[in-house]
Amino acid sequence: MKTALGRIYLTLVLIFLYAPIATLMILSFNSSKSRAHWGGFTLDWYLGLFSNEEIMDAFRTTIFLAFLSALIATVLGTAACTGMQFMKRRDRSIIMGITNIPMLNADIVTGVSLMLLFLAARVSMGFTTVLFSHITFNIPYVILSVMPRYRELNRSTYEAALDLGAEPLYAFFTVVLPDLMGAILSGFLMSFTMSLDDFIITHFTQGPGFDTLSTKIYSEVKKGINPEIYALSTIMFLVVLLLLFFVNYKPWVKKPAGKIIVTTKTQVVVTSGKGGS
Amino acid sequence: MNNRNNRFLAAPYLIWSAGFIIIPLVMVLYYAFTDFNGSFTVSNVTAIISYVNIKALMLSIAFSLAATFMCLIIAYPLCLILTTVIKNSSSFLSLIFILPMWMNSLLRTYAWQNILERKGVINGILAFLNLPLFYIINKPPAILLGMIYDFLPFMVLPVYNSVSRIDKDLLNAARDLGADPFETFLRVIWPLSLPGVISGITMVFVPSLTTFVISDILGGGKILLIGNVIEQLFTQDSDWNAGAGLSAILMVFIVISMFITAKYDREDIK
Amino acid sequence: MQLQNNKLIDLQHITKSFDGNMVLDDLCLYIRENEFLTLLGPSGCGKTTTLRIIGGFETPDKGQVLFEGRDISDLPPNKREVNTVFQKYALFPHMTIAENIAFGLKIRKKSASYIKDKIKYALKLVNLDGFENRMPDSLSGGQQQRIAIARAIVNEPKILLLDEPLGALDLKLRQDMQYELIRLKNELGITFIYVTHDQEEALTMSDTIVVMNQGYIQQIGTPESIYNEPENAFVADFIGDSNIIEGIMIKDELVEILGAKFVCVDKGFGENNPVDVVIRPEDIDLLKPEEGTIDGIVTDTIFKGVHYEMCVMARGFEFVVHSTDYFPVDTRVGIRVDPFDIQIMHKPESEDEKAVEIDE
Repeated sequence: MKTALGRIYLTLVLIFLYAPIATLMILSFNSSKSRAHWGGFTLDWYLGLFSNEEIMDAFRTTIFLAFLSALIATVLGTAACTGMQFMKRRDRSIIMGITNIPMLNADIVTGVSLMLLFLAARVSMGFTTVLFSHITFNIPYVILSVMPRYRELNRSTYEAALDLGAEPLYAFFTVVLPDLMGAILSGFLMSFTMSLDDFIITHFTQGPGFDTLSTKIYSEVKKGINPEIYALSTIMFLVVLLLLFFVNYKPWVKKPAGKIIVTTKTQVVVTSGKGGS
Repeated sequence: MNNRNNRFLAAPYLIWSAGFIIIPLVMVLYYAFTDFNGSFTVSNVTAIISYVNIKALMLSIAFSLAATFMCLIIAYPLCLILTTVIKNSSSFLSLIFILPMWMNSLLRTYAWQNILERKGVINGILAFLNLPLFYIINKPPAILLGMIYDFLPFMVLPVYNSVSRIDKDLLNAARDLGADPFETFLRVIWPLSLPGVISGITMVFVPSLTTFVISDILGGGKILLIGNVIEQLFTQDSDWNAGAGLSAILMVFIVISMFITAKYDREDIK
Repeated sequence: MQLQNNKLIDLQHITKSFDGNMVLDDLCLYIRENEFLTLLGPSGCGKTTTLRIIGGFETPDKGQVLFEGRDISDLPPNKREVNTVFQKYALFPHMTIAENIAFGLKIRKKSASYIKDKIKYALKLVNLDGFENRMPDSLSGGQQQRIAIARAIVNEPKILLLDEPLGALDLKLRQDMQYELIRLKNELGITFIYVTHDQEEALTMSDTIVVMNQGYIQQIGTPESIYNEPENAFVADFIGDSNIIEGIMIKDELVEILGAKFVCVDKGFGENNPVDVVIRPEDIDLLKPEEGTIDGIVTDTIFKGVHYEMCVMARGFEFVVHSTDYFPVDTRVGIRVDPFDIQIMHKPESEDEKAVEIDE
């Protein structure tokens, strides 16, 4: 009885979470351009999508931006975590405090603060300014993912490598880095996701003529969104769904990798919530 | 790992965070307390007491309090159910909450227009069942719903994290000592989950206090929150000093909530 | 086998399985009032499940739990006059020591002054006066253990259930706590049901030991009878070190081991029947060659503090011997065993028989 009630509640929450997604998917097959009524089934939006240069441009920019910012953030963040291992406890906690600022700060404040910086520096806004902003809010996700792993790391394996005659750099790349790889990958994927989904910070640091999918959608909200965007989003969503499915349910893929994709945001939210630790 | 020089590996990040985290925040304060000519003024900050601004701020606070409360009400039972009903609940939880993130959040919020509007999905169902229709689109309830929808994961995940970490033997011990399920909840589960609850509260409160997107999309542009005011000052009016002044006010709220989180963290450690 | 009067807890034909794995199979057991009963066995033998069924944390699939003759099988834990000391103590981390101890009393709506007196009394009883306002995580493992006991006993349960309570403590502390528990038991005059995999703990503290394996009771008895007269090879092997040798019962009071005839005191095993013979290492006397029943050669000697542990190879069997006399490796020795130190056991007929249920 109690279990049944629990399942009903779970189902209701699931409906709440997925109703908008289902709606968008259905609309991507709606032949009427007005989203108010159903005009019949069509694949036109899917076919038209690939010849719509504006959308495809925004899509390519979004993916490229997410990939590049996540990559740079991962390199900077991992190096920072490694460096922090050699610091005094106090210095380390100061840096971790700074790292928490973009996580706990409101996006709008981060956005306008970066906008003011770029304005004062008289940089013309465009891809570069957005890229720098995304790297800035991505690094904390990498650090908060890699730091805990460093704390768990068994220091004696590194020392054993040295003991066996390895150069420190060699020992780092052969013993320490493989152990961190899961956390680093997870930090990268988190960054990628956050960059992909960001609107507010991009909104304040973008220049004219520059669009990611988010800003494109925002600019179209008032006049009505082109259903081709629904089609694109449906494709993206299904691709991720399939990827998750494959990673999680195929035995020949190593388990940890699957876990990483699934837990991305969980860890972010949880770690960022745990503030100053 | 004794080579102290290795600590310079953190230098690039330190320079980065000084340049792109610290200095920008200082710039907000600088703009907030100067006028167009760069001379000191407090008028940008005191502008908050103007009728339009204070109304927007009060409305934002009301919305974010309501959204935070609703998220807690929805999330807490969910977490209790997840830890007891579902096996391997943590990956299930991550899956159902993270998957939606891969569809653009603006788009998902926008989809609520379809569901809620006059001839939308819900009213379609209600009409089919011959029930009275309801019209909340472009009204405050729609904005509240959007906030709950967008920020629910920020409440669920920390609460789940703290609830699932409670040792099952503590619950057994409470039962063993005579507590019924309700008393067990009140005296053991709830107090032990408080750090997660506090963390969830701040994580929902800050984004719902400062959003301008949800009110734009679901409020039909008729309801101005403090986030909308700031956004317009920056992008439409280009009045950066005024925008920075109001942003500085928001920073006060954020700092307060950060302190509450940090304080609770420390008490938790003790 | 057990005295049937004053049955406080009576487990009748308890069967329990988890996900298709049978953990307890038709288990029957009485626990008498004021008894210190220990459930002893290797991990997975069903001892903890038995305890959890008595505590109310598990419901048996079949069978009944009787408490003073009443069926309490479906009673939730909070309605049972039984309290548990958990394996890892399970102290509430957000409450002070006093609040932890007061937990059960507050739920029973006892008066503030009563609660205060009880806390004082309980802390005195476990030798932790003045710890009222400390937090659990500021206490050592041994201290937390005592608080867990205090928290349970203030509720004046009829039975205290202890689930491997000393498992997390180090050796010295564990020995101290054993005496402490015996003292507490005597002062409180209530029934203790104790779960452990440590045979020494069981032998030291219990009135009655129940040896369990694979969901079956192997033997019930006093520590002395369990140690001296194991009923099967599993019990003999699990309790203390033993030499278990295959032999043939020639006739009553005479057994043939390794081709030599030994006088023993057991009867009723028939004539020329195969049996298992148990000889404790400390019961073997090493003599000069030819002076014992059989001869052997010392193959290994380790100094163990109180005694030497030696391996003696005789006629293809390696005996473990404990002796305070030292015999260097390669010494030829004679082996002698007193008749009453030889324990004869029925040979199990098949693998399954090893886990016979003795209680029937």
